[in-house]
Amino acid sequence: MTAATVLVVALGEVRSPVLESVTLARTLGTPVLLSLQPLSEADTDALGRAGVARALVADLGEARHAPAVAGRAVATAAEATGATVVLLPTSFVAKEAAAHAAFLLDAGLLVDVATLRLESGELVGGKRVFAGTWETECAVTSPVAVATVRANAIVAADAPEAVTTAVEPLSVDATLPRGLVLDEHEEHPRAEGRPALAEAAVVVAGGRGTEGDFAAVEELADALGAAIGTTRDCVDEGWQPHDAQIGQTGVTIAPRLYIGAGISGAPHHHGGMQASGTIVAVNVDPDAPLVQIADLAVIGDLQEILPAAAQAIREHRES
Amino acid sequence: MRVAVLVKHVPELLSDRGLDDAGRTLRTADDSTLNEVDENAVEAALQLVADTGGEVVAVTLGPAIAVDALRRALAMGAHRAVHLTGPELAGGDVVATARVLAAAVRHLAAEAPVDVVLTGLAALDGLGSVVPSLVAADLGWPQLTVVEELGVDGDVLVARRELDGVTERWRATTPAVVSVIDTANEPRLPRMKDLMAARSAEVTTLGAEDLGLAPDAVGAAGSRTRVVRAERRPPHPGPEIVTDDDGEGGRRLAEFLVSRDLVGGTR
Ligand SMILES: Cc1cc2nc3c(=O)[nH]c(=O)nc-3n(C[C@H](O)[C@H](O)[C@H](O)COP(=O)(O)OP(=O)(O)OC[C@H]3O[C@@H](n4cnc5c(N)ncnc54)[C@H](O)[C@@H]3O)c2cc1C
Ligand SMILES: Nc1ncnc2c1ncn2[C@@H]1O[C@H](COP(=O)(O)O)[C@@H](O)[C@H]1O
Repeated sequence: MTAATVLVVALGEVRSPVLESVTLARTLGTPVLLSLQPLSEADTDALGRAGVARALVADLGEARHAPAVAGRAVATAAEATGATVVLLPTSFVAKEAAAHAAFLLDAGLLVDVATLRLESGELVGGKRVFAGTWETECAVTSPVAVATVRANAIVAADAPEAVTTAVEPLSVDATLPRGLVLDEHEEHPRAEGRPALAEAAVVVAGGRGTEGDFAAVEELADALGAAIGTTRDCVDEGWQPHDAQIGQTGVTIAPRLYIGAGISGAPHHHGGMQASGTIVAVNVDPDAPLVQIADLAVIGDLQEILPAAAQAIREHRES
Repeated sequence: MRVAVLVKHVPELLSDRGLDDAGRTLRTADDSTLNEVDENAVEAALQLVADTGGEVVAVTLGPAIAVDALRRALAMGAHRAVHLTGPELAGGDVVATARVLAAAVRHLAAEAPVDVVLTGLAALDGLGSVVPSLVAADLGWPQLTVVEELGVDGDVLVARRELDGVTERWRATTPAVVSVIDTANEPRLPRMKDLMAARSAEVTTLGAEDLGLAPDAVGAAGSRTRVVRAERRPPHPGPEIVTDDDGEGGRRLAEFLVSRDLVGGTR
């Protein structure tokens, strides 16, 4: 396989995960972007700085939310551009579209890779598995490869030379699978200045040890510009929304820094965050499993420790 | 309603999981189990059938010991079980796996219509979450995936899902593919007598030929990816521990972050 053209897919806004995939795409070939919604001027500016000279926009309206339609758009764009590698910043929605695209393109499918490189003409993707205990690499043996890329695995960087992004429309059949109807698609409002959990470089997570009071967790998250995460128990209690759940059946994250406070570190949780760069645990119990896998563990009451840490960070910033 | 529920046999989360020299997941009967979220899929299948009448057929693709996953599904109340197995089926990637599962659904549908294929959100060994979409693509059926709440109204399935800052409600006529998450329901615990009965229950075994699939369309030969490296990572050196008995824990935490250049420039 030679990766002359690498298609990068933006299912939503052009944010950091898309630019990370573009940065990765530049190491493999020439990046071309596909967006499933109209691009703003800020989007095209960012893409130009990232070295994307060509962007396709498939304006599918609400139909883009159907995995089969999103996948068809990706396959259509790959065929139109002759792309041999297709990259999607990962999420559940991205995996659905990637699966449909791989099916239509007869492509090999790599899920949630952290690295990608060309080796003897084959695309090789690497990732950690089994809660971070193994390092694996898979080669794609088919002419076309589709891969979803883990957020924060690559640092988004501008291209050596900025370009002007030419935007062209792409016509895609937007027919929903027979019998399928979207009744509601409601985006949740996000706290001002708070990054999305799946893409955040820093995550502060609170568990049952908060007893439902997340003020200290929020204070530290504010000081660090972090996203807030949680465990399933706190979601079940109604203390945090479901999309804040980290874990094997929630969001799988690998930020540069993960701080878990009042979290025991059950295998379901830990399988969803162990690939994080640096892990800090704050817990009253020195024997909690999360303490064992942490780089730093602070043993004590999170309601005292987190605000004190936030205060010290603010002071450090000001000095 | 006739429901095919796809269940996978995976290593226990707490077992010492690993890969063999061919890059395949190591599985033994003692430390493997029915993939936990697939219990939610079985439960959802049983509830659909309880509401509408019909049959639940549990289907797994895997080596001989994977029959244990089927026996668990039978003990929960599945009516029949189909084990897709054979040397030619071994070593398949997600694409090859989904192709075989879709062929099995077609095989079942040739006897009597299949209305719903139910699956779990993810196999907790590979965490792919792509097999349900691949099966839907192969069958050409609509999908309701990552479902938290599933309802049925005649031959229409209604689903709510929550993801990435979005709530969606979808409707699909059958036949359709549905994947459920772990909070979609509370899987029933089989009774001892059902566990015993499931041990000797009949399981249908099918190979590639029975499904009309060529040997090179399945298993490792039918895959489009190949594991080229698998290494155990060095053990974690263990944490640096600070005990906050002097009220300095917070400040020490901040110093650690500063020393690792993790406090960044934002805010
Ligand atoms: C099929 C299935 C899927 C699941 N998926 C997920 C998943 O994706 N994500 C997930 O998170 N969970 C998941 N779970 C649940 C998981 O098994 C655990 O129950 C859950 O992660 C535990 O949450 P917790 O750490 O908040 O609570 P606990 O285990 O109760 O831990 C609370 C911790 O807080 C500490 N603590 C108490 N007070 C304080 C204090 N004042 N200061 C500091 N520390 C304090 C305690 O020492 C303890 O370690 C799943 C379960 C099942 C069955
Ligand atoms: N080998 C298999 N046999 C039966 N069902 C499977 C198999 N692999 C995956 N599935 C189903 O597909 C779901 C998602 O798997 P995955 O896409 O591999 O994460 C699982 O929860 C199962 O319901």
